[in-house]
Parts: sequence; C-alpha cells; structure tokens
Amino acid sequence: MQSTPIEQLSDELYRALKDNQPIAPLSERHPQLTLQQAYELQLNVLARRQRENGERVIGKKIGVTSQVVMEQLKVDQPDFGHLTSAMLRADGAAIAVADLIAPKAEGEIAFLLKEDLRGPGLTVADVLRATECVMPCIEIVDSRIRDWQIRIQDTVADNASSALFVLGDAAVDPRELELGLVGMTLELNGEIASTGAGAAALGHPANAVAWLANTLGGFGMALEAGEVILSGALSAMVPVKAGDNLRISLGGIGSASVRFT
Amino acid sequence: MALDRQTIEELALHLDGAEQQARAVAKITDAFPDMDWQDAYAIQDAIRELKQARGVRIAGLKMGLTSHAKMRQMGVVEPIHGFVTDYGAVADGGEIDTRGLIHPKVEAEIAFVTRRALRGPGCHVGTVLAATELVLPAVEVIDSRYENFRFDLKSVIADNTSSARYVLGGRPHSARGLDLKNLGVVMERNGRIVATASAAAVLGHPAQSVAMLANMLGARGREIPAGTLILTGGVTEAVAVEAGDNVNVRFQHLGSVSMRFV
Repeated sequence: MQSTPIEQLSDELYRALKDNQPIAPLSERHPQLTLQQAYELQLNVLARRQRENGERVIGKKIGVTSQVVMEQLKVDQPDFGHLTSAMLRADGAAIAVADLIAPKAEGEIAFLLKEDLRGPGLTVADVLRATECVMPCIEIVDSRIRDWQIRIQDTVADNASSALFVLGDAAVDPRELELGLVGMTLELNGEIASTGAGAAALGHPANAVAWLANTLGGFGMALEAGEVILSGALSAMVPVKAGDNLRISLGGIGSASVRFT
Repeated sequence: MALDRQTIEELALHLDGAEQQARAVAKITDAFPDMDWQDAYAIQDAIRELKQARGVRIAGLKMGLTSHAKMRQMGVVEPIHGFVTDYGAVADGGEIDTRGLIHPKVEAEIAFVTRRALRGPGCHVGTVLAATELVLPAVEVIDSRYENFRFDLKSVIADNTSSARYVLGGRPHSARGLDLKNLGVVMERNGRIVATASAAAVLGHPAQSVAMLANMLGARGREIPAGTLILTGGVTEAVAVEAGDNVNVRFQHLGSVSMRFV
C-alpha cells in the first residue's frame, strides 16, 4: 500500500492558502488518506501559520453539522477546524474577495467560553454552564481544493474549509434563549437568501459544542476559556462575490454584516 | 374575463367534487388555456359559494406563494390567496385521515387573528401589527387537487390554493414585542428534523403577507374583516406526508403544533 506523503501535502496546502491557488483534491490523488491523517495535515498547516505568520489560535469551528451535508460527504459526524487571529474580521468589515478563492458565507451562532471544556462525557448542560455568551456570526468559508471538489478528508485537511469569520453586534446569555429555536435570516443584497433555525446545527447548537469538546477530549485536548466556538451553519451557504452585501440576523440574539469588495 | 359564467360554475363543481372525493384531476388550464387571473379567482369564489350553500363556514383566509424566490421562479410579483374552512380545522395533537386527501403536504406557518378590519391599498407591516389581536403557530396541510402536484398559478388559485386542513396550536402571543421576522421554526417528521427556517421566509416578514392580502383584496373592493384568521404562508418548504407519520413543529416563543396522519 502506498504511504501518504504528509510533509509534501502539508506544504501544498499551506502554499495554496498563502498564494490563493487551489490544488487538486488530495483524496483523489491519495485515496488511502485517512481522516486521522487529514487532521494531522490540518495541524501541520496550523503550526506553520503560527510559526511563520505569528497567527494565534482563538477558537474552533464545527463543520458538517447538518444532515444534508453529512449525507453529501457520506459521514455520520461533524468535523472541526481551528480559528486563528488572522481569520477574525470586524462587524461591517469590507472583505476583499481577491484574497479568497471561491468564498461562500453562512450564518451561525458563536459561543464564547468562560471555562475550559474537557471531554469526554460532556453534555449540553456543561456547555451552557461554561458559556459566557452567544453571538451572531457570519462565517466565510473557502476551499483550497479546486472547485470545492471535497471529500471529508479534503475539507478536514483544509482546516474544515474555513477562511474568515465575523462576530456581530450583540452578546447574549444563553440562559435567556431556546437556542434550538433561534431563527436565522440571511439577506444578500437586501433579499432573503436563506433562513434557518438553531436546530439545524446537530439538533441544538450546544450539542455541536459538546460533540467537539468530547471529540477533542479523546485526543487529550480541551476547549479553553476565552475561545470562540462556531457551532455550525444554520442554513445552506451562499456564494459571494465583489459588490455583495450580506447580513444575518438571529432571533433574540442580534445581527452581523459584511460587504465584499 | 375569458370564461363565461356557466363554465366558471362548472369548473367550480368539478374542483369542489375532486376535493370531496379526494380524486386528482388534470389541471384546468389544459382544457382552458385562455383563462385569466380574474377567471381563476371567480372559480375560487364559486367554490366558496358552493361550500357555503352546503352549510360550510369560512373560517379564515390563507396566503400562498409567499417566498420571493418562488415568486420569481413563477414570474409573478404578487402572492396568491384562498380561504380555509371550518371542516379543515384539526385540533392540536389530532389525527388527520389521509383517505380524505390526495397527496398531502405540511408546511409550518404563522397565523394572525385581526382585531380590526384591514382595507387596502396602502396597508403595511405597521398597520397590520396595529390591527392584530394575536399571532399563533400553525401547520397547514395542503393538498392540490391536481395530478402529481403539476399545476400553474391560475389552476392553483381556482383550486383554492390547495387548501385542505390546518392545525392551530401552541401558545398565542401578542404581535408586539415579538421579533416575527427572525422567529425560528423547526419541523420534525417522525422525530427527525426535516426543515428549519425563520419566519422571514414569508415575504421578509409574516405581517407583510397580511398587508399584501389586504392590498390585493382592496384592489377588488374587499377587506379583511375584524376577527379574521389568516394563514400567512409557508415558513418551511412543503413536506410530503403519509399515513403513519407524526409531525411536530416547534416555534420560537410560540410553543409547538403536532398532528398524526392515519
């Protein structure tokens, strides 16, 4: 059996990210690539971003949280990626699409943690107890894999297809909300592009965070106090281009917006 | 109008009969390709009169085609409207007999009950909220009388916008102090989530649906009377159901609505 050239693929992914040049699907060229190796690639690229660009890890994102996307990628659980200081943009920011490859946007609920969450064995109750506040969040995803031709190994290696994220105008105590029923409206250039509700993220956004804490716990890792956790898309993602204005609003939480230039 | 009175009455009998016998028929524009929008609403009105003559009470109004995306797809700028009946009402948690239906689908909706009459033109979200007694969560069971749900808008209007059954439930709420636009809705069939949405899916805001209804009726010299129940249009996609299905819909702030299909 052919072995996977981890170092070479890490380097390819890092360059694709740096140069905005997509690469052919890893899973196509290396069908033996395992999910564990894909996470290894993700961590390699992350280490290089920290080392060479001084990026700091400020949180995590959970992806593949909807039934539809799980079926598309033929998996039965979500995946995760890392959020770094270089990925954060301010509410209302202008984002240059020239710095991205094939960006898409989605609306989510972000959790800001006030206590560490160390799995396994954590429940929704632990997540709510450890949460300082929840915030509206626009995640801008992008794929360093050509034309989004991704299998689960490709997106995991590519940091769960993450690119940028924007936290919105409000921070709300999750005890005030029925998070599964929080409605989300995504408007693109003033028109409703998609809507969803909290339950789209693994049945309940806090359930997605518990999944992540328990999964990381299996590797001896924890979610840390102060980290931002993006709990998963609440509706289908929408492609964006220069000139687009995008706004999301979340019932009982608040809103966030970005424009693309 | 392209159709004469006799044809309109015959088509009303044809469609009302199809509903009563739970029998699918060909869409009526196949036989009458020239019929216009006025004809379509005239047939719906004639169906309403047939039902009322049988002692059926009209229980409220309903809006259809309330998604901007679908309107653009169909090439129209206005939604469509119809009515709901007393016999269409099903209690929350109740049973719905699929033998009385052709190919039912469910969609989650926000229902309004008016406190004052609304007369267009010129109604807007503000006038509607001021004239609203309460809002409550609803599930509408639609059932086109047309074969394989194949239809065009005029045929649907004539068919009373696929109106069949509806379930009101949950917790009524004042329309004020509620973020109706971003109100979340989660639909489950047999315990599995099949749709999530926010009420903005209905014309950007469900009160906008009521305003457009008042304005469309106003253009025909009619109004929405005080005390009218209005189903404002699907928040979620319409989901097909069959005997044995349990449907439960949860609404942010408004509780839940459920029903069983037998």
